[in-house]
Amino acid sequence: MAVLQTVVRRGAYYDSVTLLKVQLALRDMDGIEEAGVVMATPHNQQILADNGLLTPEARDAGPDDLVVVVRAVDEARAAEALGRLDELLARRVESSGVSTYRPKTLRSALRTQPGTNLALISVPGRYAAGLARECLDAGLSVFLFSDNVPLDQEIDLKRQAAEKGLLVMGPDCGTALVGGVGLGFANVVRRGPVGVVAASGTGLQEVSVLLHRYGTGVSHGLGTGGRDLSDAVGGASFRAALAALAADPGTEIIVLISKPPSPQVAAAVLADARAAGKPVVVHFLGEQRRGRQDNLHFAATLRETAAVAAALAGSRQAPERIQAGDVPQFRFAPGQRYLRGLYSGGTLCYEAVALLASRLGHPWTNTPLDAAYKMDGLGPSREDTLLDLGDDAFTVGRLHPMMDPEPRARRLVQEASDPETAVILLDVVLGYGAHADPASVLAPAVAEARSLARREGRDLAVVVSICGTDEDPQPAAAQAEALARAGALVQWSHEQAVLTALAVLEQAGRPVRLEEAAGAGEAGEAALPAGSGSGQAQAPQAFVQAMNGKIVAVNAGVGTFAEALAAQGVPVVDMDWRPPAAGDDRLRSLLDRLR
Amino acid sequence: MSSRIDEANREALERVLKSRPVLKTIAIARDVIPGMDENTLLHAGPPITWDRMSGPVRGAVIGALLLEGRASTPEEAAELAASGKIRFDSCHHHQAVGPMAGLISPSMPVYVVENETYGNRAYATLNEGYGKVLRYGAYDEEVLNRLRWMANTMAPVLKAAIEAVGGIDLKAMMAQAIHMGDEGHNRNKAGSALFLRALAGAIARNAPDAETAAQVLEFMAGNELTFLNPVMAACKATMDAAHGIEGSTMVTAMARNGTDFGIRVSGLGDRWFTAPSKVPDGLYFPGFGPEHANPDVGDSTITETAGIGGFAMAAAPAIVQFIGGTPEMALEATHEMYEITLGENEAFGIPHLNFRGTPTGIDIRKVVETGIVPRINTGIAHKEPGIGQIGAGLVQPPMECFIQAVEAMAEALG
Repeated sequence: MAVLQTVVRRGAYYDSVTLLKVQLALRDMDGIEEAGVVMATPHNQQILADNGLLTPEARDAGPDDLVVVVRAVDEARAAEALGRLDELLARRVESSGVSTYRPKTLRSALRTQPGTNLALISVPGRYAAGLARECLDAGLSVFLFSDNVPLDQEIDLKRQAAEKGLLVMGPDCGTALVGGVGLGFANVVRRGPVGVVAASGTGLQEVSVLLHRYGTGVSHGLGTGGRDLSDAVGGASFRAALAALAADPGTEIIVLISKPPSPQVAAAVLADARAAGKPVVVHFLGEQRRGRQDNLHFAATLRETAAVAAALAGSRQAPERIQAGDVPQFRFAPGQRYLRGLYSGGTLCYEAVALLASRLGHPWTNTPLDAAYKMDGLGPSREDTLLDLGDDAFTVGRLHPMMDPEPRARRLVQEASDPETAVILLDVVLGYGAHADPASVLAPAVAEARSLARREGRDLAVVVSICGTDEDPQPAAAQAEALARAGALVQWSHEQAVLTALAVLEQAGRPVRLEEAAGAGEAGEAALPAGSGSGQAQAPQAFVQAMNGKIVAVNAGVGTFAEALAAQGVPVVDMDWRPPAAGDDRLRSLLDRLR
Repeated sequence: MSSRIDEANREALERVLKSRPVLKTIAIARDVIPGMDENTLLHAGPPITWDRMSGPVRGAVIGALLLEGRASTPEEAAELAASGKIRFDSCHHHQAVGPMAGLISPSMPVYVVENETYGNRAYATLNEGYGKVLRYGAYDEEVLNRLRWMANTMAPVLKAAIEAVGGIDLKAMMAQAIHMGDEGHNRNKAGSALFLRALAGAIARNAPDAETAAQVLEFMAGNELTFLNPVMAACKATMDAAHGIEGSTMVTAMARNGTDFGIRVSGLGDRWFTAPSKVPDGLYFPGFGPEHANPDVGDSTITETAGIGGFAMAAAPAIVQFIGGTPEMALEATHEMYEITLGENEAFGIPHLNFRGTPTGIDIRKVVETGIVPRINTGIAHKEPGIGQIGAGLVQPPMECFIQAVEAMAEALG
């Protein structure tokens, strides 16, 4: 008879990555059938309920309480597992021989580390803006990984940052390369003359990796978060970042990446770009615009963006020629007709949707260009389906697929068992923040998927797009080799991976347009906005100083971000952040009155 | 409003840092303590009535009434205490502090400490030593005889000695003791030795005979808590100077009566914010455990209030042998206290932190915001009167006290 045991820690905050790792460790213990380790938000309580773990104690806990529930074969095993909780929760701290104290407040963190100029914030969204404001007050620029930050707070933060010459990257910003330092999810790439501003996380990663591959490198890669280019926010961070790169002597070419902004914001951004005094390569995801207008160079894909920038940088290393024809022969069974894409990078998924839309037909997806093709993906795939598995719907109570490839590996096998599946397309994003060895999980799944199909008299193509370099913590060549050995067709750019998948699909009898129609998407004069009336954005001076000097950081939230900074030799204080007033809103408002 | 509170706190902290407590002399309680009379007994912590007093405090009350000759048996004393004829009041209401039960009765000798910067005074009794003592609620003949000897023999000699050396600069002595591994609350080994060293010659010269001098010197040498009571009075004189500053959110007293834990805040007048006192968590002497422990008691938390004691643990790593834990934990305790304090006391430099000053001036706002309560090192009393100290450890002040104070401050400022 299984038993349930519960531990509740009031007001004990831990980041979700830590909790999920503890959950995995508990589940692996002897005699433990299931474990839940969550902050007891209503949502997480539902997850506990779904797993038969919602004990009365767990139900009575609040959103700022840590709840741990185990289901074990007997009381002794349950108690033994819970007895190891503290050890599992304790975050490793390098012993300096002096003190292992982790500051709990920003004030104290800054006292112990003078010269701090950047904060990484990945605490829950409802606390993130308050902490970000404190950081701006203290003169720090902010990398704001947290999502669910209210729009009005985002606008306020960016206004405050502008006043102080600081930059807010985010909210919901996953990656940046500041002065060669990778923040959040970031690849190790050569430094070079190309500066990137991106409102898209994997877009920045893919372009920076390809710039590296094409023999050039990145001066700075600044993320802004996806909502920055909305009308409400007006591209505040995007324009400030662009101004920073325009003024940066180390940046000779600028790259801009974003989903298509509204016409007003696009006009302002492009006006700034024209005034930058440097070549600017512009890529609006999903738009087919190409060609040159004065110093503006439009590119239609991420790969093309990197290739144009590399050429402008004078790189003598020619980008690979995109070829769709040269793929091995597959022996598909009748009925094998469709493509299934399982993505960890949202931008890559979106790019694949755009490429398919013009060459094959719009797939079913949770990142559609055309809302008519929207699906949540939680149910089975149908026809051609491309899924961003990093979407909130898939990551509730789970790690992001870049950090934990297991669920994607399971879905891969599931898709392979569908007799209509011909081709499966995957991205593998490497770098800081990502899983230490994704191929160790995905390669066996690729092999299993292919042998499963063969056992049932079919064939199966698996195409993998690798986003990574050999300098990454998981060297890309070794990852590629493991995946290729398992039978995957490994490609070094996402666009090439999509074209490869399409070429294979053609073997399954699908009509595919592999060559683009000539002249498609040339930028016409009318497509560009006239000069801007909105005034040029100012470079954030304090941030510019930080990005060209030495980054000294504080981290609040996900501990692996601090570990990644430490691994890059960046001084970092990893705060032991807790929700203010243990998350009690009434007390927080009282305290606000006493400021 | 922000600047008003910050301004008030700046002033409050400045008064703490500028205070210079000096031990001037010893006097009899009824002669010097304001509001003290023959029917008054002072006790530790926030005000409490006889019916709510815990075992050790009741025992100390009984002992004090026997000592004062107001009763001839413990039963008689208890009856008198319950009769309403005795006025019980907080030491804190009378510029005084007392360890554990903190009993001060009219005839007891007290240290007189003057804050030379601001002119205010504070008082504390003489420490009785370890074991069976009044402050832990013991009241047998041995206890009472010791108190009589202290009042009749020791106090006059010590008074003369203190005056002969021109008083003792307690702040300087505390600073030195911290450099020698004391934290001023549970560990006063170094301070007691320094205190004795400063007075030894004068004691020898002012004692009526060599045997008395030897007795006094031996008594003080045998008690490593000798310096605790002057330190407490010094802290009280310091914090009183910072009390009553409108708008200040700085804590000026934390004290326990064995039943309630209470705090007072500079900008919130004479109000106490109280909640039930908790049982300390620590190491017990052989034969005792948490089931024997009384809830936290005593005014000695005035040390933490003033930025030493648990706040200065990083200076006193050896204390973990007494209260449990590791030297890293001692460091962590001090680091954590910087999160909830307004400033640092440069006078009390911590060697291991490169002489960074001790965290000083608890801000109720920071306590509530961070969820970090002040770190308190304390002795543990047996819950039955008369058994004495049964261990030492850490105790958590109740967060409710600080929440109530934040609510009151928000209300006061409208």
